Amino acid sequence: MAAVLIRPHLGQRSRWRLFVLQVLMLSLFLTLLTRLWYIQILSGEAYQAQAADQSVRELVVQPARGLIVDDMGRPLVANRTSWVVSLDRTLFHKLGEAERDQLLHRVARAVKEPYRKVRARSLICGEPGSTQGTCWNGSPYQPVPIAEDVSQKVAVTILEQSEDFPAVLAEAQSVRAYPAPFGINAAHVLGYLSPITEGELKAAQKDDDRSVNGASDVGRAGLEKHYDAWLRGMPGYKRVTVDSMGRVLGDDSEVAASPGDTLVTSIDARVQSVAEKSLHQAMTTARKTYDPVTHRNYVADSGAVVVMDAHNGRVVAMSSQPTYDPKQWVGGISSKQLKRLYSAKADNPLLFRATQGQFAPGSTWKPLMAATALSNGFAENTLLDCSSGVQVGNRWFKNYESASYGPITFAEALQISCDSFFYRVGLKFWSQFGRDPRNVNARDPLVSGAKGFGMGSQTGIDIPGESSGRIADRHWKLSYWRAMKDYYCKVDEKGSATGFLRVFAHEFCLEGNLYRQGDAVNFSIGQGDTLVTPVQLARAYAALSNGGTLYEPRVAKAVVSPTGEVVKKVPPKVQGRVKAKKAALRYVDNALKGTPRVGTLAWKFIDFPLDKVRIRGKTGSAEVYGKQSTSWVATYTKDYVVVMMVTQAGTGSGTSGPYVRKIWESLYGVKGMDVKPKRAVIPGTTPPAGLPVFASDGSILPPKGTVSR
Amino acid sequence: MTLVPPNRARLRTPGLDWSLMIAVGLVLLVGTLLVWSSTSTNDSLTHGHDTAYLRRHLVNIAIGSVLFVMVLATDHRWVRILAPLVYVASVIGLLLVLVMGSTINGSRSWLVLGGMSVQPAEFAKLAVVIGMALVMAERLESSRRRRVNTVDVLLMLAIAGLPAVLILMQPDLGTMLVLGATVFGVLAIAGTPRRWLLALFAAGVAASTAAVTMGVLKAYQVDRFMAFTNPALDPRGAGYNTTQARIAIGNGGLFGQGLFHGSQTRSGFVPEQHTDFIFTVAGEELGLVGAGLLIALLGVVIWRALAIALGSADMFGRVAGAGIACWFGFEAFQNIGMCLGIMPVTGVPLPLVSYGGSSMFASLMAVGLLQNIHLRSGGSLPTRSVAPRVLVGR
Repeated sequence: MAAVLIRPHLGQRSRWRLFVLQVLMLSLFLTLLTRLWYIQILSGEAYQAQAADQSVRELVVQPARGLIVDDMGRPLVANRTSWVVSLDRTLFHKLGEAERDQLLHRVARAVKEPYRKVRARSLICGEPGSTQGTCWNGSPYQPVPIAEDVSQKVAVTILEQSEDFPAVLAEAQSVRAYPAPFGINAAHVLGYLSPITEGELKAAQKDDDRSVNGASDVGRAGLEKHYDAWLRGMPGYKRVTVDSMGRVLGDDSEVAASPGDTLVTSIDARVQSVAEKSLHQAMTTARKTYDPVTHRNYVADSGAVVVMDAHNGRVVAMSSQPTYDPKQWVGGISSKQLKRLYSAKADNPLLFRATQGQFAPGSTWKPLMAATALSNGFAENTLLDCSSGVQVGNRWFKNYESASYGPITFAEALQISCDSFFYRVGLKFWSQFGRDPRNVNARDPLVSGAKGFGMGSQTGIDIPGESSGRIADRHWKLSYWRAMKDYYCKVDEKGSATGFLRVFAHEFCLEGNLYRQGDAVNFSIGQGDTLVTPVQLARAYAALSNGGTLYEPRVAKAVVSPTGEVVKKVPPKVQGRVKAKKAALRYVDNALKGTPRVGTLAWKFIDFPLDKVRIRGKTGSAEVYGKQSTSWVATYTKDYVVVMMVTQAGTGSGTSGPYVRKIWESLYGVKGMDVKPKRAVIPGTTPPAGLPVFASDGSILPPKGTVSR
Repeated sequence: MTLVPPNRARLRTPGLDWSLMIAVGLVLLVGTLLVWSSTSTNDSLTHGHDTAYLRRHLVNIAIGSVLFVMVLATDHRWVRILAPLVYVASVIGLLLVLVMGSTINGSRSWLVLGGMSVQPAEFAKLAVVIGMALVMAERLESSRRRRVNTVDVLLMLAIAGLPAVLILMQPDLGTMLVLGATVFGVLAIAGTPRRWLLALFAAGVAASTAAVTMGVLKAYQVDRFMAFTNPALDPRGAGYNTTQARIAIGNGGLFGQGLFHGSQTRSGFVPEQHTDFIFTVAGEELGLVGAGLLIALLGVVIWRALAIALGSADMFGRVAGAGIACWFGFEAFQNIGMCLGIMPVTGVPLPLVSYGGSSMFASLMAVGLLQNIHLRSGGSLPTRSVAPRVLVGR
């Protein structure tokens, strides 16, 4: 039996279509292979870079900042450990909103800070809700510090109970500390730090400067600012591998941070301490003293003291009142503290009166005038009438400083500080060279002499923000008149002003550009529009002491590496020589020796061994319109210059005299009439020539040959 | 009496298709290693046990292998009886999942039954292929026709349509895409007239355009879909996935970073790496050489499936074989294409490689069916209405 085989015709059509399907599958898979090749080979490098990018993070390791030490190696600014609690933002944002709030509350409780503050600090600048000053300006991949100076106990708690504190880290960082040896403040000299600004960071990045990063603190004033590049050190970098959650998987590589260099200064902590205390006492005493002129106590609102090495212009001590506490900036200054610093009541404690304050020098100007006069035609044996005043045109210029003594010499005029003597000197030169008040280019020996003593320009001290003072010469008068003419002429026109202002405005509008006899007279006694800074005056008196060399004052002495090698020496820098003749300088020097003996300082230097410690001095009480007079005392020996100034404090000798004496007593080891160099605050009296010794164990010892007390 | 061999077919001992077996075996091996590598560092999955997912995957393969043997050994008559049951079970599964399923990643695709999770859509793919093949084969054979007529097409579409609609309601766009392509392939191989194919293709395009423009698909769904062209369209979701997948694959270079050493893989940068994005592990750790080999192996599987379809004894075998080839082929293309950034991001696994019980079981059952078809090919075993050739000539 034949079975009928009916094999279903499996169709050419379906065979053909199977074939098409095979081709289709082949082409699909070839497409996949091609695309795979494209991604892995052609674009491979780009993807590899992206892969590396997202799985490696660079964490900055902040370097320890260099120390600032005094001439004996005593640390003035150092570092200490601060436990910092910070937030890992990547992990923080993986938490839910409620969890995040809960965590911040827990942290705030643990570190005993208000929740608001902790929250504000956890935000990155630019995030909604962030405020300048509290927000984090550094890299968003870096943990954000939310609390500093946490007790070790709290830090350890956070580290141990990490389940309660997810995304929170606690680590030890180094921050600025102020050991304040002998209780010194020296805030203006030392300066303070604050976080780097966006603009500064951008500028550094443009210059490819890797020594700063978004979390760096930079110096803002004083030595911290001027020598910031040396002090800051170089940050290190830790590269870590992270997973997709930003959690650190392991260390990849590490470049250690290198600590900053140490700055050795010529400041002596003991002298600084004496100087600060003396200035403070001078001011508090003045405030208790009655001023018969203004019928109230002296205000004594600000002051400055400068102690300088007369040989080379190195600064041994410098203080300014009112002052501030640089510790406020450690860990960030609060807006409340800032407001207090800038309030009217605080009277600008950030201003460094010693270098930035500009004041009329008053009679301390006279030795410079005397030296100039004696170098420009006046004979040493010149006698001029120390009258009760001098009539100039229609104005009577009174002799404020002394009684009338009749004809006296330059020496006597300096010692008793006779105004009218110097009026006559000023008038003589004006008549001789500058009769035409309109002649801007008239020769003026007194002006050039003052400029020759470095007045009217910056001293070049290594503290930033120095003022240049002002010499109100003919050129200045003209440009000032041009600038202010419109204003005063309008005041004059309106006619609503009264009293002094009315007269002044009228005169100024008409003749403000003229350099008249009155101007020359004022200039000769350090009044008028002349302004100096205390450090300028100190530097000029140093020139009187050392035979005429003008130095750029220096606070820093050397930069030393952390291992003790001298990286950079800061040698004394000569700026120039005074114009006065050597003989004139000698004359003035001798004359000033008399001030503490028989002159205006005598009453404050009774029973002081002036034979052994030959102090030269000049007092000043500068008139200030609408205020009490500024008290000045400028003194020097062959070793040191001590200048003290207190505003609104009456006479120089009265206010500053006794306290300047205290400084000299400590500088020379004076007790009663006894002078013992061993007892001086710098043993041996003169500042050490060498640098402190940096021992290998990290300790700093006084320079060889000295014994620090 | 002599045995006269049929003039076309040679009498060969069919046995198993060993190329297919070896290819599938190698794919399973590679897949196991990839699953192990991608899960060993993922603490959120493994909770500290590095080999947890490796073991689960091996269990899945073991169970799948049992199913493979069962399908393989089933007599063809039982295949034709069981197939409708499988189809009905899948449809019930799809209905159940819509009612009481768990929503993961925005679509209701999973049934959790006593600790085990089942994805009915995976089985539905197999069921649709078998169902369509069966219907078509039955109708053609019973009416002794050669050509597929309109009723046949409509019936096949109905068979495919019911599960398709249920899958669309989850919504599982990825499986829909694959299923659509598979159905189209099955219809084509079954002999559907060209105008039908063109019409269906046009209808499909029109439907998807309408879905987009008429707001059936919401804007974010469209963005998510299109994010493979521009990751910025969905930077936290699909855009992120597609970018990370490409970075990981690109990071592999020519030879890869080495098994268990892929940096992006170990750090968890690519999401769903043991399931939908398993190919990125191959790309990063095995490089062009290894991943290309994996693609080639899958290609071998599909080629063998098509060869089995070609050499099949009956229409059912041809259509089912082709259907399985379409299914594997389009699914692999969709999955690998998504990893490579040339296809949209959808939740479609890589057959025989991705971790996942349902997908593995359905895929191994499909392979079993292929072997089954192969065993019956070459005319060695009778189909229903054909007498053995061997009896001729008496």
